[in-house]
Amino acid sequence: MSEAVKKSGFSGVVRAAAKQQSTLHASTASANWTRIRKTAAVGLKSIYAHGLRSLLTVLGIVIGVAAVIAMLAVSEGRSFEAQQQFRALGSNNIIVKSVKPADIDSSAGGGGFRPQAVVYGITYEDVETIRQTIPSVTNIIPSRIIKKNVRYLNNTVSTDVVGTTVDYPISRNYNLREGRFFTQEEVDRQSNVVVLSDEVATALFPLTNPIGDSIRIDGNYYNVIGIMESEGFSNLGRSQAGSSNAAPTRIFIPLSAARFRFGETLVRQTSGGMESESVELHEAIIQVASQDVVEETGQIIEQILERRHRKIDYAVEVPLALIRQAEASALRDQLQAAAIAGISLLVGGIGIMNIMLASVTERTREIGIRRALGAKKKDIIMQFLIEAVILSGVGGLIGVFLGITIPILLSLFWGMTTIVTVGAPLLAFSISAVIGVVFGIYPSMRAADMDPVEALRHE
Amino acid sequence: MQTVESTQASQHASVTGSASLGREIVARVEDIKKTYYMGALSVQVLHGISINFYQGDFISIMGPSGCGKSTLMNLLGCLDQPTSGKYYLGDEDTSKMGDDALSAIRGARLGFIFQSYNLIQQLTVVENIELPLFYQGHPEEEARQIAIDLACRVGLGTRLDHKPFELSGGQQQRVAIARALSNDPLIILADEPTGNLDSKSGAEILQLFDELHQQGKTLIMVTHSDELAERSERQIRLRDGLVESDERSR
Repeated sequence: MSEAVKKSGFSGVVRAAAKQQSTLHASTASANWTRIRKTAAVGLKSIYAHGLRSLLTVLGIVIGVAAVIAMLAVSEGRSFEAQQQFRALGSNNIIVKSVKPADIDSSAGGGGFRPQAVVYGITYEDVETIRQTIPSVTNIIPSRIIKKNVRYLNNTVSTDVVGTTVDYPISRNYNLREGRFFTQEEVDRQSNVVVLSDEVATALFPLTNPIGDSIRIDGNYYNVIGIMESEGFSNLGRSQAGSSNAAPTRIFIPLSAARFRFGETLVRQTSGGMESESVELHEAIIQVASQDVVEETGQIIEQILERRHRKIDYAVEVPLALIRQAEASALRDQLQAAAIAGISLLVGGIGIMNIMLASVTERTREIGIRRALGAKKKDIIMQFLIEAVILSGVGGLIGVFLGITIPILLSLFWGMTTIVTVGAPLLAFSISAVIGVVFGIYPSMRAADMDPVEALRHE
Repeated sequence: MQTVESTQASQHASVTGSASLGREIVARVEDIKKTYYMGALSVQVLHGISINFYQGDFISIMGPSGCGKSTLMNLLGCLDQPTSGKYYLGDEDTSKMGDDALSAIRGARLGFIFQSYNLIQQLTVVENIELPLFYQGHPEEEARQIAIDLACRVGLGTRLDHKPFELSGGQQQRVAIARALSNDPLIILADEPTGNLDSKSGAEILQLFDELHQQGKTLIMVTHSDELAERSERQIRLRDGLVESDERSR
């Protein structure tokens, strides 16, 4: 071979090298983006070409994502509802209730004698002591709750009659629908006035407005002066959250009147015969100056009552503590949702890996062609990875759609409180995308590691 | 260079094919050997082959099956590496290159035409043609323009957006030719390009090959058919992994 040829050969090579240089320069960021976009387009095409298969493949992801969002929405709703309920009790309140001790029945029932009245529960004195010894207590609303038959004409309703003080509706954030609550003056005078709950009002007065009319409890007539907002009504009128500011089915009379009319000792019909009990107060709502000292004050009240009572015939409820509990249980719910979601997303991911492996085998020839035409291993990895991410991403999107729809349906048809937070769909979707990457890596590497010659020979 | 001369001299083949005609060497293989290992078994397919390829050559590589044609083509196509020996494409020794560099060189310097066309089914005619440019990171519009021009050149200007399965075998092979030209390669490698075609389509493809040859492209074609080989200007015959003859007919 002549020296001249060799030289000219090299000059040809220099030209070629220069050409390659220029093509290398062209592969800048925008070119990379173009490449990703085009690869994604190819991926979409191949997913679309196998529509049903792709859909079945992503079903795991769809279910996983939808489950996370729906479960979080339900748990969020439940926790919101619980907190709302406890908040309705008043987060500044402590509620002390009288509880019949368990061991009283056995000691009282003996002989043929008429059993003595069972005495238990919190007393006016308890309330006074609490009021005087604890400075953080701002107000105490005591009440007696007695089950009575309430009549108007021929209508009778059995309901809880609550004898209480003027601050009761404020302390529990109850609203009046109509009329007014009774005044201090009426309490002082033991007036026969009554405030009905919405349910009782509609049961006794189906056609007329009860305000100004009178109802009968035992032998006495009470003038109806107000009606509370209904729980059920507010539930419809308000959002699903509802139920916060409506009084349950109860009617309210001044505490003084209840004491005067019904007396201290109550006789009840039980399966064993007559049973009488004497309870001064059934419930006392204790309002505390600030939320920070509620739990502390609750403990002090418990200590006071412990000292004053020989038996545990009372219960101290701190709504704030219950709210905290609800929050904790919501967290537990969320962890549970995460665990279940994690499992179904894992299964979904394995499904994607499975189908990607099948796709890689099926497209061996294509991989060979692309490699022959200059695709590097990383180009092939990129191609299959993008496809896996598109697959799981599409699944994630469908899942997000379902995950948002399901709670809406639950709310519409079962009146269940559900709250979809912004975070849940975002979180679920990004997890599904990550799963695409994680479970796409192995099939993509398999594709890239194929020998081009073998791949081209593949039938 | 001395070793090349001596190896070639040692072979009984005539070396008329390497008569330079004053043209540049675009590629050359030096004493290339290829052994396949399958577990304990090893099969040597190429026993030391040295060939110079000149700019504008239209070469057909022939030989009975099992003579090493395909293996040689795979090596020339940088799809595989020789066990020993050197392969210069331009001035670059590709025999020591890694996978990425080989991919890059395939994309930049080589054009492939296969017996079974090997088009990608999901892609249109134009997209198939521009695929090598795509992997080179070529600017999009430019690549598209090149692909359209080439499609027109092979007579598929009206089928730009067709998918391969909508085309006849001859048309598909013309797409493949356009694709092989898109990166303006140093060498075009064709493996039985008319093997799957009826005689009429085959003739059209060969017509295109002649045109490419006239335009000065370097073509290396593997074929069984003497008829086809006669269209080329240089015939290399392999036998048992060695060059049996290397003749220039025109």
